[in-house]
Amino acid sequence: MTTTDAPTVAPPPRGRRRIGDVVFAGLAQGSGILILVILAGVAAFLIVQAWPSLSANTANFITDRSWDANVRENPAFGVGALAFGTVLAAAIALLLATPVAIGIALFIVYYAPRRLASLLGYLVDLLAAIPSVVYGLWGIGFLAPQLVPVYEGMARNLGWIPLFAGPASTSARTILTAGIVLAVMILPIITAMSRDVFHQVPQGHREAALAMGATRWEMIRLAVLPFGRSGIVGGAMLGMGRALGETMAVAMILSPSLAVSWNLLQSGNQTIAGHIALQYPEATGYGVSALIAAGLVLFAITLVVNMGARYIVARGNKES
Amino acid sequence: MSLTTAQPAGPGPGAGAPRRDLRSGSLPRYFPAALLASSAAVVAGVLLAFSSFGFVLWAVLTALSYTVIVVAASARVESGRKAVDRLVTSLVYICFALAMLPLVSVLWTVLGNGLARFDGYFLSVSMNGVLPSMDAGGAYHAIVGTLAITGMATLISVPVGVMTAVYLVEYARGRMKRTIMFFVDVMTGIPSIVAGLFVVALWIILFGPGNTNGAAGALSLAVLMIPVVVRSSEEMLRLVPQDLREASYALGVPKWRTITKVVLPTSAAGLTTGIMLAIARVIGETAPLILTAGSSAVSINWNLFDGQMMSLPVFIYSQVRMGGAVNYERAWAAALTLILVVMLLFFLARMIGRLFAPKSR
Repeated sequence: MTTTDAPTVAPPPRGRRRIGDVVFAGLAQGSGILILVILAGVAAFLIVQAWPSLSANTANFITDRSWDANVRENPAFGVGALAFGTVLAAAIALLLATPVAIGIALFIVYYAPRRLASLLGYLVDLLAAIPSVVYGLWGIGFLAPQLVPVYEGMARNLGWIPLFAGPASTSARTILTAGIVLAVMILPIITAMSRDVFHQVPQGHREAALAMGATRWEMIRLAVLPFGRSGIVGGAMLGMGRALGETMAVAMILSPSLAVSWNLLQSGNQTIAGHIALQYPEATGYGVSALIAAGLVLFAITLVVNMGARYIVARGNKES
Repeated sequence: MSLTTAQPAGPGPGAGAPRRDLRSGSLPRYFPAALLASSAAVVAGVLLAFSSFGFVLWAVLTALSYTVIVVAASARVESGRKAVDRLVTSLVYICFALAMLPLVSVLWTVLGNGLARFDGYFLSVSMNGVLPSMDAGGAYHAIVGTLAITGMATLISVPVGVMTAVYLVEYARGRMKRTIMFFVDVMTGIPSIVAGLFVVALWIILFGPGNTNGAAGALSLAVLMIPVVVRSSEEMLRLVPQDLREASYALGVPKWRTITKVVLPTSAAGLTTGIMLAIARVIGETAPLILTAGSSAVSINWNLFDGQMMSLPVFIYSQVRMGGAVNYERAWAAALTLILVVMLLFFLARMIGRLFAPKSR
């Protein structure tokens, strides 16, 4: 790279490049390339270490629902049930969190009293600061017992919907509880992204809407939301990524299991991440390799989600 | 708006006609506050009468009745559009309250359950030689491990992250830029447990199976931290006005001096905040540390390269897994410690951000 194809505002090229510039540019570029190397390393090392168990696997890795991997020969395991649980938990979390997060972002940017806005934003950020293991502790120690009567009520009154069919779990340690905790955990991420983009809405757009006699909601609907759509999607993407891979809260709330169930009020589902955390200490034989293979699937799922969301963001930016 | 009322009507031809208040057709300013207070009081009264007062139930019913009444009143007195506006306003406030509910609940339960065991003894004693069920022992070894591992992860990821952001904003063009930005995004989505598995796989290849130490944990945290630092730093660097760079170039300052003396100091506050948030995110990471730094260390270990290293989040998890009453007490106390550390970080982030912020005019 030469200074001549550097940015539009680069200093005029001299006859000789300064040594400081060369070194600094090299360091910066090296850091960028290092990131690519790390990422390639993640994929490569996971594949290398997953291969022994995958090639020895006697079951279909993608669809099989059993996990007999802690053996010296002929392991039989698959991530079918776990992948289902992972996607289900993340979907619940995203469904619950996204509308609330947009509301919070609107509140902080446009509704809260000016003086309080930054303090309130700080409070929401605190939600992101609480470690996942503390959420897990809170989930089993406080939230789950509170949810038992709620779930019983839902099973009684909404039981005709297959999702909420009874009888409800007596411990409330179900995929719905995990989804609620995950929703709380991803709220601040989506909020922060939405908030940032709401702050960037051109004042002219907003004032034009207000000058036309729009109410505050109409101003938001006409000027803010269209402008902020890509930011909201970007935030939801980050949140979904976190929800898909979140381990501790799920591992602490859900018990080890390999069932596939659409029933949100009964225990039975487990996620890939939770399964890895719960099984790793007991893994022997092909166990560690099989868990790395499961991690590879999780990696692939998050990759696909991220790329899809990237595409949406890019398209949204082009339109606006 | 009310500005028009400032126009004096004057003794015009319509002096005899009934003056129409511009503010008619709108609910009085005090109406929402008064309605909220009265519905809160009425709901509390009704709940107490049925002797079924619960804080959450009270809050939910108050919000519900307030929303219904204010929308109905607005639709009647004002207009449909204003009613929708008031409905959305209520919903937005409720959203914020919904977010505060878990925050307050988490902090309250951690404080309430953690204080029982949170004292100087707990913070200064390790679990070395303490049986899990004994009424003794503390989290000093876990605090040491958390500081060492997170510090090391920060040392790795801040230079790499900030320099990558500089590269993306100041140097990179075209395909290279798009590629790195894309893969930083991909890296942001790496689940923490996958980062742990990556280091496990790497360590098996480098040192053979069964070798866990703090450095492995630090590396796995760095994998998680780097993209967060890149993204936040990149955003901050982009906020630096182009004029500042141009002014510097116009004075003949080389590009790297412009970056180190103008761009980075201008965005120092934002960079610091981003880095602190990144630390706060990884300091509570548990899953990668269970896989890499081990979950059974009981003694104080400052050496990142020497065997298992306990950390606060893993300490919480392993105590919960043991399941006894004393273990839960230790877990809550450790959770309190962890939250205090994180809050301290947040506070420091704000202070540093404020101290180093460029003097604006």
